[in-house]
Amino acid sequence: MARTISYREAINEALAQEMERDPRVIIMGEDNAGGAGSPGEDDAWGGVLGVTKGLYHRFPGRVLDTPISESAFIGAAIGAATRGMRPVAELMFIDFMGVCFDQIFNQAAKFRYMFGGRAITPVTVRTMYGAGLRAAAQHSQALYPIFTHIPGLKVVLPSSPYEAKGLMIQSIRDDDPVIFCEHKMLYDTVGEVPEESYAIPFGEANIVREGGDVTIVAFGRMVGTAEQAAGQLAGDGIECEVIDPRTTSPLDADTILESVESTGRLVVVDEATPRCNMATDVCALVAQEAFGALRAPVRMVTAPHTPVPFSDALEDLYIPDPQRVANAVKSVAGWKR
Amino acid sequence: MTVRGLAVPKWGLSMTTGKILAWLVSEGTEVEEGTELAEIDTDKINGVLESPWPGVVRRIVAPVGATVPVGAVIAVIAPAGAAEEEVERMAAGARERLASGIVPEESGTAFGTVEADGRQICYATLGEGPEVIVLVHGYGGDKGSWLFVQEPLARRHTVHALDLPGHGGSGKRVEDFGSLTGAVAGFLDAIGAPPAHLVGHSLGGAVVTAVAAARPGRVRSLTLVAPAGFGTEIDAGYVRSFAAASSRRELRPQLGKLFADPGQVTGRLVDDLLRYKRLDGVAEALKTVSESMLDGDRQAIDVTTLHAGLAVPTVVVWGGSDRILPYGEAGRPPGVRLVDGAGHMVHMEAPAAVVAAVEEAVEAGGS
Repeated sequence: MARTISYREAINEALAQEMERDPRVIIMGEDNAGGAGSPGEDDAWGGVLGVTKGLYHRFPGRVLDTPISESAFIGAAIGAATRGMRPVAELMFIDFMGVCFDQIFNQAAKFRYMFGGRAITPVTVRTMYGAGLRAAAQHSQALYPIFTHIPGLKVVLPSSPYEAKGLMIQSIRDDDPVIFCEHKMLYDTVGEVPEESYAIPFGEANIVREGGDVTIVAFGRMVGTAEQAAGQLAGDGIECEVIDPRTTSPLDADTILESVESTGRLVVVDEATPRCNMATDVCALVAQEAFGALRAPVRMVTAPHTPVPFSDALEDLYIPDPQRVANAVKSVAGWKR
Repeated sequence: MTVRGLAVPKWGLSMTTGKILAWLVSEGTEVEEGTELAEIDTDKINGVLESPWPGVVRRIVAPVGATVPVGAVIAVIAPAGAAEEEVERMAAGARERLASGIVPEESGTAFGTVEADGRQICYATLGEGPEVIVLVHGYGGDKGSWLFVQEPLARRHTVHALDLPGHGGSGKRVEDFGSLTGAVAGFLDAIGAPPAHLVGHSLGGAVVTAVAAARPGRVRSLTLVAPAGFGTEIDAGYVRSFAAASSRRELRPQLGKLFADPGQVTGRLVDDLLRYKRLDGVAEALKTVSESMLDGDRQAIDVTTLHAGLAVPTVVVWGGSDRILPYGEAGRPPGVRLVDGAGHMVHMEAPAAVVAAVEEAVEAGGS
């Protein structure tokens, strides 16, 4: 039976159910036990925003509290994965990922390929991304396009509690390294989630809303933004089809192309900065594979090409909102040559 | 002179709002009980709302295109002689509540789980009449598939819709056809007296027939809706493809085969089924059940001998455009009511025919 829980609870439940099912699953990360100034492991925070809360005591010895040394514990998680474990490592903010690029890009992503398919690296790296928490330029970026660029990595962007649980379970069961990107502004959003375990396959987009006039492809938190815009636009007589690819690598190109074949119009909503992001990638895909179907130019709604501002007012302007999406949709719906 | 407000019914467990697609009557139309009043979209499928009472449609409160919460009054039905002021008072109240968005959400559906034959069986109960009806869905279905049937039956009866093992919210362990019949028999034992009227669709039709044979003292009547287990003809390709489909692209064309009008299949229906199919254990359960149903490309289950030995009354309904278990093949039971314009999902495409059949069986087998 499904019941309503939060995005944070959905991820926690997925971790707990997989740890119950498979003894090879372990958790590694900062502040799993204790936190700065806390009395120690009895005060188990479950990570900086409490996503793994309760697991430290429930699974003794399987939730490892690590030092603030990302390159060391991400490397350790990757090594453990190559030796048969299924580690889920929490790298607090995606912004800090730079210090372990070698472990991720050059090691984890390459093993299966360089060992002729005879090595697997079933590691999941959980990380927070995105703006909105007033956390400034070094804790707010949407860096998932960088990982999408690397062959050998799988990149997951859950947009709702249902997606978060099913994609986390699939990430743990998957034999390849997965970068699991959690939007920090989604943790308290709620939705219907089955109590039972379930896995959502990678590379299968969700059609969040059906419509025949304009295709909106949106990623992560932007799926909700696109849905709000589509709701407003329906009142103006414009029916949008909202597609949530759920994973950027692999990408469900077929669902996007089939939708554009029927609508002839595309808007892509991506919280990442605009150069070499998912919006440019999807627009290039459609321009190359569905040019004949297009009845208007493609439009991208993204953050501007700047660091995330610390000013509340500027940060709010930085993040794509439903009005900007609606304006883009109207511009393609009413486009005349 | 009763003035009554016509409310949006709760067709199915997940329905919270309905969108009015068309009014089939206008103000002033005289209606009977059962007259088709409006087409309503439930996200999952489009349904036709029938008049629960005879009278005259005095006011239409909600316009075409409006999305209205379940329970909200959308029209006023009253005898021709009822006072205009009273009609207008009810209509004004309904308009006000629609505008304010305040509608009492009362579905009345009670959910439960029982241990039956060593399995967790999930069910939903609506209504509190003296006669007890148990609805048993088909292969790959669940209790929600009775969305248009459970509510009208519950006006007079206690109606349980259950999830077979491997389906819906029930435990996913299933070994063979006997797991299904054992669970339904166990369910009847668990809910206790009085004996029940069993309604089964497709595979559920074969299940309830076998249960009636196994627990004659617990069953008063059978209503079989396009039942499996009578004759050998079946679209085996559908059964296997449904079990194997893991994406919207694979599943949607299969679901289209269930309906006379494949346009009935909405994205929501496909998504709900995919959510079910992703649950751990479901793929194995569906594979096991599909294998137990098929012998090559023909039906493996045969309940004709069991059925011939039953003493309880049986009413059989079949869709004239059924493509899964086409009617008119050898071995189908005699005395069938054929429903024109319905496919395999008679209870979704022509619910009134199924409700009438069940009422008839209840009448014939009642205490």
